[in-house]
Amino acid sequence: MQKTRLFRLPLLFAASLIIPTTYATDASSSGQPYYEWKVENFEIKEPLGGLEGNAVRGKAIAGNQSRGNCLACHLLPIPEEPFFGNLGPPLTGIGSRQSTGMIRLHVVDQSRFNPETVMPGYYRTPAQLNRVAKALKGKTWLNAQEIEDVVAYLTSLK
Amino acid sequence: MKILTLSNCFFFALTLPLTTITLSAAHAQQPVSGYDYLTPEMQEMQIDDFGNPGMLTVDAGEIRFSTAGKNGKSCASCHGDDGSKLDIKHIASYPVYSTALKKPLTLRGQILLCQDERIGGPSLGHSSAEALQLEAFVRRLALGETVNVDVSGEMAPYYEAGKNLFHTRWGQVDIACHQCHVYHAGRTFRGQTLSQGQSNGFPGYRYTAGKAVSTPERITGCLANLRAEPYASDSVEYINLEVYMNARGNGLKIETPGIRY
Ligand code: HEC
Ligand code: HEC
Ligand code: HEC
Repeated sequence: MQKTRLFRLPLLFAASLIIPTTYATDASSSGQPYYEWKVENFEIKEPLGGLEGNAVRGKAIAGNQSRGNCLACHLLPIPEEPFFGNLGPPLTGIGSRQSTGMIRLHVVDQSRFNPETVMPGYYRTPAQLNRVAKALKGKTWLNAQEIEDVVAYLTSLK
Repeated sequence: MKILTLSNCFFFALTLPLTTITLSAAHAQQPVSGYDYLTPEMQEMQIDDFGNPGMLTVDAGEIRFSTAGKNGKSCASCHGDDGSKLDIKHIASYPVYSTALKKPLTLRGQILLCQDERIGGPSLGHSSAEALQLEAFVRRLALGETVNVDVSGEMAPYYEAGKNLFHTRWGQVDIACHQCHVYHAGRTFRGQTLSQGQSNGFPGYRYTAGKAVSTPERITGCLANLRAEPYASDSVEYINLEVYMNARGNGLKIETPGIRY
């Protein structure tokens, strides 16, 4: 109980911004097929569908609340968007710490690293998901192109 | 790391020691009310009867409580004018096992039974505003009472089923309730502080939605965020979840209507 009490002080600080939590439903994954992916040594070496990512678009996706929404949990060098969450580690400099293939697996399916992760599965196999909202059935959160864009952006963070 | 701005450094200095505290506390599993995670402004709003917007729903329930049903009786005819004859300790023990129905009965389920059978209707929809108002009024009577759900005996399988649901991954986001509300209580998610997801403040007033909601409706809010298909408010799944969630909060004080995110 004593430990719990300690929560209060710093938290009051952190919670002063009130924003609805809804992940806006954006059917962005429509119109693209689902590409299978393969994990070797905690990496997805091949770009999804052989697509080429674009870091500028990737930054926009990562910063946008209704798309990647990465800022909800991570610090990223996007000063124009307010920083919201600290559930995940800062992603600044991730491109100099990890290979592109490993970054790709984090974004596609973080549960491969940590089965209990709270990071959303942005490209998990739709057939394995439980009770997806009807309008989103069969779709991934981000489509393959968006995943590659985000991967290109993170890779560029040296 | 070179890109860290000054204000972010400040933020991290604040939050890093906290991370260690929250993780150890979360695993200790002491129930902590959502109230403890609120800002001081929101806490103040909750405890001020005049400033708490949830009280509008309670007041509407009070009026309904003494409004006659089709058989001429009102709730007050049996339970006293201001509900004074209701046993607040018993209210704090819902859901209870109904031997007649052979399943758990939530507080709302009991209210709707009395509405149908004892005041002769009209029937209220399980998720209707009227049912919410009555539930808010009745649970408010037990303000400060200790949540005390008995999940032994016949209740045990329903508790287990609810516990399973709480540990099931949902929707396109593919995360289970406990992953946020047990492992990460105390951390910030989009500027909101994650709480343990307790039910002792419900029916309560959702600040972000600008309306009063009950426990099933709050669960629907989280399922929608997980991009999952919610259940109907009287579904077996929600009843089992309420059994588990209320019992998980045994020992907390009822705060209806809590002010919450
Ligand atoms: C709900 C919170 C949440 C969201 C939203 C989220 N993440 Fe994460 N992420 C985490 C957590 C927590 C970890 C730490 C490892 C773990 O517990 O799984 C993590 C880890 C990572 C890592 C590995 C970091 C490292 O240093 O090893 C990468 C890369 C990553 N996330 C990228 C992203 C990207 C890109 C997005 C947006 C498209 C995103 N995350 C959205 C919670 C989140
Ligand atoms: C004719 C008398 C009568 C009327 C009218 C009546 N009830 Fe009840 N109520 C009961 C009885 C008897 C119980 C005991 C539980 C049972 O047997 O169902 C009860 C139980 C309850 C309980 C649970 C409290 C406990 O101690 O378990 C609540 C809450 C409740 N009623 C609310 C209402 C509401 C709200 C109304 C109006 C819609 C209402 N009742 C109308 C007789 C009545
Ligand atoms: C991605 C993280 C996340 C997941 C997973 C999640 N929730 Fe929540 N939940 C939240 C946030 C954010 C809030 C608002 C702040 C708070 O009270 O935690 C919330 C609030 C709640 C509350 C209100 C608590 C209070 O005192 O106001 C309940 C109850 C709740 N959630 C139940 C659930 C249930 C049941 C599930 C599983 C079906 C679930 N949550 C899954 C993030 C989550």
